[in-house]
Amino acid sequence: MISLIPLVVLIPLGSAALALALPGRRRAQQLITVIALVSVVALSGTFMWIVDQQGALVMQVGGWAAPFGISLVVDRLSALMLTVSAVVLLGVLLFSLGQGLADGDDETPVSIYYPTYLVLGAGVCNAFIAGDLFNLYVGFEILLVASYVLITLGGTGPRIRAGVTYVVVSLVSSILFLVSIGLVYAATGTVNIAQLTLRIAELPGNVQLLLNLALLIAFGIKAAIFPLAFWLPDSYPTAPAPVTAVFAGLLTKVGVYAIIRAQTQIFPHSSVDQLLLVIAALTLLVGILGAVSQLDIKRLLSFTLISHIGYLIFGIGMATSAGYAATIFYVAHHIIVQTTLFLAVGLIERHGGTTSLTSLGGMLRAAPVVAVLFFIPMLNLGGIPPFSGFIGKLGLFTAAAELGTPGAYWLMGVGALVSLLTLYALARAWSLAFWRTRAAALGGANAPVPNTPEGLMLQGREVALIEHLHDAPDAMPLQEQRETPALMIAATAGMVAVSVLLTVAAGPLYAYATRAGERLAAPEQFVAAVLDNPNNVSSGSGKNEIEGYDPRQSESVAGTKEAGDAS
Amino acid sequence: MTLSIPIVLVAVMVVLFAVGVYLLLDRSLTRVLLGFLLVGNATNLLIFLTSGAFGAAPIYGDAEPIDMSDPLPQAFILTAIVITFGVSAFMLALIYRSWRLARESEDAVVDDAHDLELVDAETLTTDEVTDEELERAPEFDELGADADENEDTREGRA
Repeated sequence: MISLIPLVVLIPLGSAALALALPGRRRAQQLITVIALVSVVALSGTFMWIVDQQGALVMQVGGWAAPFGISLVVDRLSALMLTVSAVVLLGVLLFSLGQGLADGDDETPVSIYYPTYLVLGAGVCNAFIAGDLFNLYVGFEILLVASYVLITLGGTGPRIRAGVTYVVVSLVSSILFLVSIGLVYAATGTVNIAQLTLRIAELPGNVQLLLNLALLIAFGIKAAIFPLAFWLPDSYPTAPAPVTAVFAGLLTKVGVYAIIRAQTQIFPHSSVDQLLLVIAALTLLVGILGAVSQLDIKRLLSFTLISHIGYLIFGIGMATSAGYAATIFYVAHHIIVQTTLFLAVGLIERHGGTTSLTSLGGMLRAAPVVAVLFFIPMLNLGGIPPFSGFIGKLGLFTAAAELGTPGAYWLMGVGALVSLLTLYALARAWSLAFWRTRAAALGGANAPVPNTPEGLMLQGREVALIEHLHDAPDAMPLQEQRETPALMIAATAGMVAVSVLLTVAAGPLYAYATRAGERLAAPEQFVAAVLDNPNNVSSGSGKNEIEGYDPRQSESVAGTKEAGDAS
Repeated sequence: MTLSIPIVLVAVMVVLFAVGVYLLLDRSLTRVLLGFLLVGNATNLLIFLTSGAFGAAPIYGDAEPIDMSDPLPQAFILTAIVITFGVSAFMLALIYRSWRLARESEDAVVDDAHDLELVDAETLTTDEVTDEELERAPEFDELGADADENEDTREGRA
C-alpha cells in the first residue's frame, strides 16, 4: 500500500504528459483525464480508509531513511484532503466537459486545458502528501504554474489583466516561502517536517517566532487570510467558470493545509496562535462585508470564500484538538460547498448570459433547476441546520466554548454574525437573480420606470456595465442564451449531492476529523511515524544514524537525491 | 558551530533584495519581471549562504565527508532556478500578451474595472425588489411574453 502513495501525483502527471502528446484529439484527452482523476479518487478514498485503520502511511522515496531522503506522508488529514480534492477535481472536470470549454470562446487553446488541469491536480496532491517543507514548496509551485496558465486561458484582455495581479502576488508569496525555507534550514539544518518538530523546539523563542511568522505570511497569501487576501476577488472571477470553481475550492485550502501543518507540527506551542485568532476575526468580517457590497455573483462568492477562510483559521488558532477537528471538518465542507456554488454560478452565467446582479432576473421560471442547485449550497454555506455548514460551525463554537477564553467567545460572536451575513449576501443574490421578475431586472417596458434617484443610478450603471462587459468573453449579456448541456447540470447536481452527503455522513466524518485533530494535537506521534517507521527502507539502522549524525555532513547523500527528484 | 559567511555575498544578497523589491513595486510589468529575477537570485544566495563554510565538492569518494560543503542548499537552489526559469518564461509571454492587448497603456498593471465601479456605487440593489413591484409585475406571465420581452431588450441594447 505504501508504494502506492506517489501514484496520486504520478498518475495525474503521467496522464498530463500523455494528454499533451495528443493535441487536437479532444476525445482522447478527455478520456485520459477522466480515467486519471477517477483513479485518484479511488486511491485517495482507499488511503482514507486504510490510514484510519492503521495510522499514517509513510513512504521514504528511493529507500533513503527518514531525515535524509524525501518522506511522503499520508495521515488522516492528508488522506481526507486528498479525497475531497480529488472529488472536487473530478466534479469540476465533468462540468467543464459538459461546457465543452471550446464552445464559449473558440480562440481558447483547448488542447492545453486538460493537461494543465491534471498538472494542477498533481500539484495539489503533491502538496498534501509532502513530508518535508521543500517538497511542499515544489507542490505549491506545480499547482501555481498550472494555475497561471488556467487563469489566463485564452489570453483575453480581462483575463490577462486579472492574471497579472494573480501571478505577481503568487510570485511574491513563492519567494517568501523559499526565503522562509532558507531561514528554517539555516536555523535547524533540516527541512523534514517531522525532524523540524524536534529541532524547532530547541531554538530560542524569538527565532521560532521569526520563522513562524515568515512561514505564516508565505502561506497566508496563498490561503487568502485577511490582510493578504486583496488579490483574490480581483483575479478569480474573470477565469472561466470551472477554473474559478476549482481554484476557489482547492488553491486557498492548500494554503490553509500548509498553515495547519506549520502550526501543529512545526510550531506546536506557538504564541502566533493568539495572532491567528485576531486574523480569523478580521478575515471573517472584512471578507463578508466585501461580499455584501458586491454587484456580481462571482465576486460576491470570492469574498465569501475569503470570509470563510476565517472559520478555518479560527479552528487552527484555538490550538486544541477539538479546534483542529472542527477545522478539518470545515475544510472538507467548505471545499465542496464553495466549488458547488461556483459551478452553480457557471450555470447562472450560461442561462442568464451574465453574472451581474443588476441585469439578472426572472431565472426562477427560466431555470428552476439552477435555482435549486444554487439554493441548497447557499443554505449550506450560510450554516442552516441540518447542513454540514451548520455542523462545522457548531463544532467550531463548541471547541471555542470548551476553550473558554474571552477571545474565543468574541470569535463565536463574530462567527455567528458572519454566518448570518453570508446568508444575507447569498439570499440577496438569489432573490435578485431568481426571484425578482425579468421585467424588474431589465427595467424594460413592462417594468415601472424607476423615478427614484437610486433607480436611475442603477440604470445608468447597468448601461455602463453592459458596455464594458463586451470585453469579457464569459459575460456577454447580449450574446445568445446558449443551451445548457445536461452534463453541466448533472455535474453540479452531483456536487450538490456530495455536499448533502457530507451532512448525511457527518457522524462518521466528524468522528474521523476528531481522530485526525487528536493526532494533530500530539505531533510527537507524527514524528514517531516518520522517523521510527518500521517500514523505513534504509541501508543502516535508521534510528541510530539519525541520533549520531552531524546535520551539516551526513545529509549530503539526501541532498543530491533531492536534487534529482525535485528538479 | 560558527559559520564563516563571506561578507561580500551577504552584501550582494542585501543589495539584490533591495533593488528587486523596489522593482517589484513598479507598475511596469517588465520591471516587475526584472525585480522577480533579482529577488529570486537574492533568495538563491540566501539559501547558498545557509550551507555555511565552503568545502570540497560533495562527491562520494573525492573527499572526507567532513571537508565537503553542504549539498542540500545547492539542490534547493537548483530546483529554485529551474522554477524561476519556467515562471520567467511564462511572465515574458504574459507581458507580451498584455502589451499586445493594450499598446496605449504600455505594459503596466491595470486597475480592476469592477473595483472602480464599486467606488462610484452609492447604494445596493436590494431596494430594487419592493413588495409593490412584486405585486405590480405578474409573477408567472406566459413564456411567450417573456421571450418577446427578451427580444425587445436585446434589440434595445444592441
